[in-house]
Amino acid sequence: MTSAKPEHTLAVALRGIVKRFPGVTANDRANLEVRRGEIHALLGENGAGKTSLMNVLYGIYHPDEGEIWVKGRRVTIHSPHDAITLGIGMIHQQFRLVQTHTVLENVILGLRERFFFPEQSARPRILALAEKYGLKVDPDARIWQLSAGEQQRVEILKALYRGVEILIMDEPTSMLTPGEALELLHILRRMTAEGLTVIFITHKLEEVMEVSDRVTVMRAGKSIATLETAQTNVRELAQLMVGRDVLFRLEKKAVTPGAPVLKVENLNVVSDKGLPAVVNLSLEVRAGEILGIAGVSGNGQRELVEAIAGLRPVSGGKILFQGEDVTQTPPRMRIERGIGFVPGERWMALIPSMSVAENMILKNYARPPIGRKVFLDAEAVATHADTLIREYAISTPNRQTPIKRLSGGNIQRALLAREMTERPALLLVAQPTSGLDVGATETIWNLLLEERARGAAVLLISDDLKEAMALSDRLAVLFEGQIMGEFTAQTMDLEKIGLMMAGALRQPTAEPTAGEPA
Amino acid sequence: MNLPSLRIEKRLSSPRWLPAASLTVGLLLALVTVAVIFATLGVDPLTAFQRIFRGGFGSFYGLQETVTKSIPLMLAGVGLTLAFRGRMYNIGAEGQFMIGAIFATGIVRLFPTWPGFLLLPAMFVGGFLGGALWASIPALLKTRFRVDETLTSLMLVYVAYEAVKFLVYGPWRGSDTRGFPITDEFPAAAHIPILPGTRVHYVTLLLAIAAAILVYLLLTRTKLGYEIRVTGENPEAARYAGMDYRKVALLVMLISGGLAGLAGMGEVAGIHFRLRPPEALSPGYGFTAIIVAWLARLNPLAAMLTAFLLGGLLVGGDAIQIALNLPAATVQIFNGVILLFVIASELFNQYRLRLER
Repeated sequence: MTSAKPEHTLAVALRGIVKRFPGVTANDRANLEVRRGEIHALLGENGAGKTSLMNVLYGIYHPDEGEIWVKGRRVTIHSPHDAITLGIGMIHQQFRLVQTHTVLENVILGLRERFFFPEQSARPRILALAEKYGLKVDPDARIWQLSAGEQQRVEILKALYRGVEILIMDEPTSMLTPGEALELLHILRRMTAEGLTVIFITHKLEEVMEVSDRVTVMRAGKSIATLETAQTNVRELAQLMVGRDVLFRLEKKAVTPGAPVLKVENLNVVSDKGLPAVVNLSLEVRAGEILGIAGVSGNGQRELVEAIAGLRPVSGGKILFQGEDVTQTPPRMRIERGIGFVPGERWMALIPSMSVAENMILKNYARPPIGRKVFLDAEAVATHADTLIREYAISTPNRQTPIKRLSGGNIQRALLAREMTERPALLLVAQPTSGLDVGATETIWNLLLEERARGAAVLLISDDLKEAMALSDRLAVLFEGQIMGEFTAQTMDLEKIGLMMAGALRQPTAEPTAGEPA
Repeated sequence: MNLPSLRIEKRLSSPRWLPAASLTVGLLLALVTVAVIFATLGVDPLTAFQRIFRGGFGSFYGLQETVTKSIPLMLAGVGLTLAFRGRMYNIGAEGQFMIGAIFATGIVRLFPTWPGFLLLPAMFVGGFLGGALWASIPALLKTRFRVDETLTSLMLVYVAYEAVKFLVYGPWRGSDTRGFPITDEFPAAAHIPILPGTRVHYVTLLLAIAAAILVYLLLTRTKLGYEIRVTGENPEAARYAGMDYRKVALLVMLISGGLAGLAGMGEVAGIHFRLRPPEALSPGYGFTAIIVAWLARLNPLAAMLTAFLLGGLLVGGDAIQIALNLPAATVQIFNGVILLFVIASELFNQYRLRLER
């Protein structure tokens, strides 16, 4: 289609989209209107339904209810192939490129126009597209040789080569260095200047302000508001995104914190990609205290807890547990000394196909009464499981049931039960209630408060700001591997926290426990 | 655009009967496929199946041959259930079998005058060690350098084949063999006792049954077995729990290689009484053992049964080769088709197909 004047014609309209998964409603009558030629930001916390809504538009999911309109026509989209035919392209967070092939081969891969590889005819077209939009990349380079930013440009080229007019980008800056991110924004500007439309999924407020023309905020599967970027500000967006209405308080007994249990000093950890994930971070957690780490996921949370649990090498700094340096201590020793860990990815700590009973002994199978010299004591295994099932009210047909058959809340309860029954001096907990309903969330929260009352030091990582604020005695905000500021239960300020999460504010003088880089 | 299309989706839950059902359907489809192959060879499939069954199980001679052939299958197959449970894809049992045979022969050559009650146990130990040693190469490459064990264990099969050939054509060729590439016959003390009237070297059979039971107990009752299962099912969880992945990987490879080595020892000391070229020692026992293990759904006790079934298939296959004048590869095709369908049917325990408009 060639448009005369793209202003005020809608490239995409999603109306009343509902997408349910077993136990969750990912999109709950979500609406989205995107104008032709604009950069439209889709803003929301993790799990707000942004990606799921875009997967509906791209034909990966089929909506249970709702209408999709593209360029003024109502359409049904069965597959990404249909979406591309309609001129819609999507670039996922994880790039889908063949690492050992060249840029050119990746761009034309999968096109059905000709039997033989159309290399000769493709080259000039690719070079022309690259020139037009400022996509600097060598067509003969192999993908594995390219940086994340360059790989992303290949993905954009792929979409443009297929004649895409509406480009969806899922968290496009999450893998990029700041310099590369800036360059991407320039490219997107050039694309919209040429009449293309960009939908930009993000949870970074600054990016919304910097790049988008309009922004739609999503929360809990619903579209909350659509605003002209020029007429809003970071503060308003933060409030819309987090939703201050639902903040509620828990019964929290006063506990006087005891001695420091965990001390982290100038810790540096790198991510799987080899990039710095935790940067000169220092913190302290005392007995009988919950230290919350708030922040958008992917800002070093996972690397931080894994380093403390001993599952990830440390590239600098020290971890002290009960006054002893455990930086180089193997994971098993840390478990034995009393570090419990409930990871954000539950299946990292459970074996789905194994029974509840066998999952409950993962931490104590090697020592009495469960493990004897060579054999496992079957009776002790059974008693242990039954005790936990009873004490923590885990709802399961019996202890032999494969743990994957339990509900999400019960799986999480079982996992917490296993870690808590060890009576750890330090409990690391990440995203304890993600994906759980209100009832299950409440139980889990109360279990964590019980741990605190018992005198455990709890380090709580949560994307969910409500949760972090409700449970924490102190709350530190993590952004790009650094602590931006720290609050006590009395000084917590939603606005400031929101800004810190987005990297837009940094506490000038942090408390000594959250020290500045040395 | 509106053509119906098949989609593969992950199952959210799976009923208890599903694994048995998918295995049954897989086997039936395998039989149908083999039937088609027989038909294209101009043989009535029903006749062929009947002949195979009668050949393997329908007479005393057939049965004792089946038991004989199931001994190496059982030993190697039981070992593979352990390796696969620990997520070490050892597909080189055939090579470990060969090295076990070489070691057993080497011990006979070293101590030819020892009495049987010393020599045979020494040969069993030697066979086990030989197989374990061969399997330790892919295991160490995997744990030290992350080299894929599937590839290395397979490639080492051919190295082992050549090693056997080198020995029987070269330094170990016998003096009274009239030029044949075989060693001299072992002294009587190095012969495994045989059930009268059969070829069943029952000591090895008892060892195989004991191995199945021990591996079962190891997997289900011991701390180490728990570590093996956790590592196999979810390596990340094993790491999380502080388990030593290298220890598990090395141990399951050593044990599975050792059991394959025992199988090789059993063949030279219970059937041939000498070392012979690889194709004479084994019709691919080490490879067929992979099917034994998968068909048993990696349960070592069930592997005793599947070893017996596949032993029968080997015997029945020999029978139809002669009776129906079929090529020697027929049985291998049969085996290959079964393995393909059994492994493919595993997919349906976790995924389902859905037809969309």
